[in-house]
Amino acid sequence: MKLGFIVNPIAGMGGKVGLKGTDGKEVLEKAIRLGAKPESPIKAKKALEVLKPYMDEIELITCHGSMGEEEATDLGFKPRVIGERKDKVGPEDTEEAAKLMLDMGVDLLLFAGGDGTARNVYNAIGDKLPVIGIPAGVKIHSAVYANHPRSAGEVALKYLRGEIKTIREAEVMDIDEEAFRKGQVTAKLYGYMRVPYERQLVQSLKAGRPEQEEAAQDAVADRIIDEMEPDVFYIIGSGTSTRPIMEKLGLPNTLLGIDIVKNKELVASDVGEKDILRIINGQKAKIIVTIIGGQGYIFGRGNQQLSGEVIKMVGKENIRIIATKGKIVSLGGQPILVDTGDDEVNRMFNGYMRVITSYNEEIMYRVKGL
Amino acid sequence: MAKVKIRENYHQARWDEPIIYELSTPGERGILVPQPEREIREEAGDILSKLPENMLRKEKPNLPEISQKHVLAHYLHLSQETLGSNLNNDISQGTCTMKYNPRINEKLATLIHEVHPLQDESTIQGLLSIYYRFEHMLKEISGMDKFTFQPGGGSHAVYTAASIIRAYHESRGELEQRNEVITTIFSHPCDAATPSTAGFKIITLYPNEETGVPDVEALKEAVSERTAALFITNPEDTGIYNPIIDEFVKIVQEAGGLCFYDQANANGMLGIARAREAGFDMCHFNVHKTFGTPHGCSGPGTGALGVRSHLAKFLPVPTVEYDGEKYYLDYDRPESIGKVRGFFGVAPVILKAYCWTMMMGADGLREVAEISVLNNNYLQKKIEAIDGVETWYAEGRRRLEQVRYNWRKLYEETGVGTDDIMRRIGDYGIQHYWTSHHPWVVPEPFTLEPCETYSKADLDEYAAVLERIAEEARKDPDFVKASPHKCASHVIAKPEELNDPSKWALTWRAYLKKHKKEEPSLG
Ligand SMILES: Cc1ncc(COP(=O)(O)O)c(C=O)c1O
Repeated sequence: MKLGFIVNPIAGMGGKVGLKGTDGKEVLEKAIRLGAKPESPIKAKKALEVLKPYMDEIELITCHGSMGEEEATDLGFKPRVIGERKDKVGPEDTEEAAKLMLDMGVDLLLFAGGDGTARNVYNAIGDKLPVIGIPAGVKIHSAVYANHPRSAGEVALKYLRGEIKTIREAEVMDIDEEAFRKGQVTAKLYGYMRVPYERQLVQSLKAGRPEQEEAAQDAVADRIIDEMEPDVFYIIGSGTSTRPIMEKLGLPNTLLGIDIVKNKELVASDVGEKDILRIINGQKAKIIVTIIGGQGYIFGRGNQQLSGEVIKMVGKENIRIIATKGKIVSLGGQPILVDTGDDEVNRMFNGYMRVITSYNEEIMYRVKGL
Repeated sequence: MAKVKIRENYHQARWDEPIIYELSTPGERGILVPQPEREIREEAGDILSKLPENMLRKEKPNLPEISQKHVLAHYLHLSQETLGSNLNNDISQGTCTMKYNPRINEKLATLIHEVHPLQDESTIQGLLSIYYRFEHMLKEISGMDKFTFQPGGGSHAVYTAASIIRAYHESRGELEQRNEVITTIFSHPCDAATPSTAGFKIITLYPNEETGVPDVEALKEAVSERTAALFITNPEDTGIYNPIIDEFVKIVQEAGGLCFYDQANANGMLGIARAREAGFDMCHFNVHKTFGTPHGCSGPGTGALGVRSHLAKFLPVPTVEYDGEKYYLDYDRPESIGKVRGFFGVAPVILKAYCWTMMMGADGLREVAEISVLNNNYLQKKIEAIDGVETWYAEGRRRLEQVRYNWRKLYEETGVGTDDIMRRIGDYGIQHYWTSHHPWVVPEPFTLEPCETYSKADLDEYAAVLERIAEEARKDPDFVKASPHKCASHVIAKPEELNDPSKWALTWRAYLKKHKKEEPSLG
């Protein structure tokens, strides 16, 4: 069993000193000046500790210094260390290490960081290797992270020992941190990585088995298709939950973007905000969206194309939220969030909305506009 | 104060018992039935030839062949590998209302063992009168106007309710329009599943974090001209009682929907609150829980479904009636949904429940509720004092007769979760607890319901065992994770293997067939 282990040692440093992330050199320096201490190595060790009893069975491959070596040797592991020793590490080091590990044939990559780190890993390996993230960043929208460092360790252990066999696709998302610090939030959906699926650990909740989730997604898609009205535009949001709708219609799907369908035919693929406004142009339309990422957003993260203006034109009553029960449960009681950047539109969502969870099942769930 | 007893040195038998077919030796016999005397044989003639052709077996049945001693040993061994429901500390089984079921009622029920459901009404007047009287008691307890005892369990009664609701809307020509049933996530899953089976769409409400029950706004958003009914448990799985349930009922009824109250576990309310005063159109009781008859593997159940007068005509046939002189079964009910089970329900269960209710009396029923709630409040204080336990929702508010707790904190600290602790409880001779219905909205959940038949010592023992296990989890998490250590059965290492239909079968015969094994030769 080969396990890759990468720690982004500076992830999460901004949080405690009121900064919103640590991407970018100046911000990091500012964080250190403000007294930020590395949090990520402590969390990474919590995860790795779970694997300690199986130290002899696992071939641990990691990076120099604080990017994994120190954490591992502190716990008594004797890891194989790759790459070159450096004083200062950056995103390129994460990417390089992940690529090397892929080439070395690791079975699973365990990494600690935040959304930026997830993106770096994604850039390097895409969906070629299963991964599990140790949550250590300030803000985490990506769903590739376990909900607790220890859980990440347990998922890794169970996967390596063959106790988890199912893999799910989980969102890699990242906020534009530059804009974020200026108060504007835009999170992009960059792609999907493959994560060993154990509901209870990945999201702390046992909400149904993955086969059931898949069947539920299919049932939701059937419902949406059966209810499609003639001559109405259907704006199909990004994500894996909407994918079966397009598949069942036999249409090409844009996983990371928005497609428009009318009379069960494709009108336009991967459209931007302006395209949507131009195509719909006041005609009757419905938006089909799902919850994207680990935080519970339906608008404003991973689908900026569905702007406040688009929503106003379509109308709240023409929005259909779809999600499996598992996804709803994984919100842990927190509301579904809307952050379009338009306060008036956001406020319009405050209250309760129906979420379609199966062919003939809905959940009435609280929605909060930021 | 008496010292709390923890059974430190408990150890269950582990017999590694084969299944009975594997114990079979061709030719071995338990009883040698004496041959009839010649005279009798001659007098009777060939009696087998009098049986109709279609009832005759072509082959001998494949029955295990074992001596008396070994049969008895076999079943003794199996019984020793159980914890003995009813005589165990069954506080564990939250949402199941496990209580002691008085033996005398089991004895009384044997009085009707020889009654056949096809007997003429005139020969079962006593039994019918017990049905009639028990119905009256349940009417009094719930405020409903008419009951059926036909359903064989709680979910079956809830399904019957859904069928009646369908018939009601159909009779008004509104069935097509009214196709949505509203329920809550902490109601019993059958409150969603059975109306769904009956063809309705299900809308599930989630609770507000602070109050622990759904917001009125959520209900209002869900209610429309499409609403057929509300199916709701109260108190819900969490043990939280919805104090504005009457308002919920009103909102749904004003929109034209009916309201069904799932009162499977009515232990906390007997003699205190009735479905009628809350405005409900119908409710059901699990007779095999609240009304003192055994359930689970100890015996069959009955779901008693009660309705208000406007729905009475839809109840299953037959109903039990009294014309002033005699009791009779009424099949002449043209708008009835029909039968939901053979004959008229499980008669011994009704007899036992009648006896139990008579023994309790009206004051006794109220005392059941009061003690159940008191027991629960006492236990809750003790359980919540255990480091690592949390209770989600409605902080500081009392629960009724059960509580859904969780080990989230302990799990994050030690990696020991609720399944591990559940297995470990068995090592102290206590029934494994009920975690939660799915989905696990509360992480690492467990649900306890200390009914009226448990003593203070039982409650103390229970809390002390959980406290001990939480300590063990901190000291040696792997030990708890590897539990049970002293039980008959061990941990299921690969649960998926137990699901493998190519490997397992429900009967020995099917098993042999599946694996193409010869049936053992018949003696
Ligand atoms: C609230 C509630 N409703 C319905 C049922 C279903 O009853 P049964 O198991 O008899 O089908 C139960 C039993 O667990 C229950 O607790």
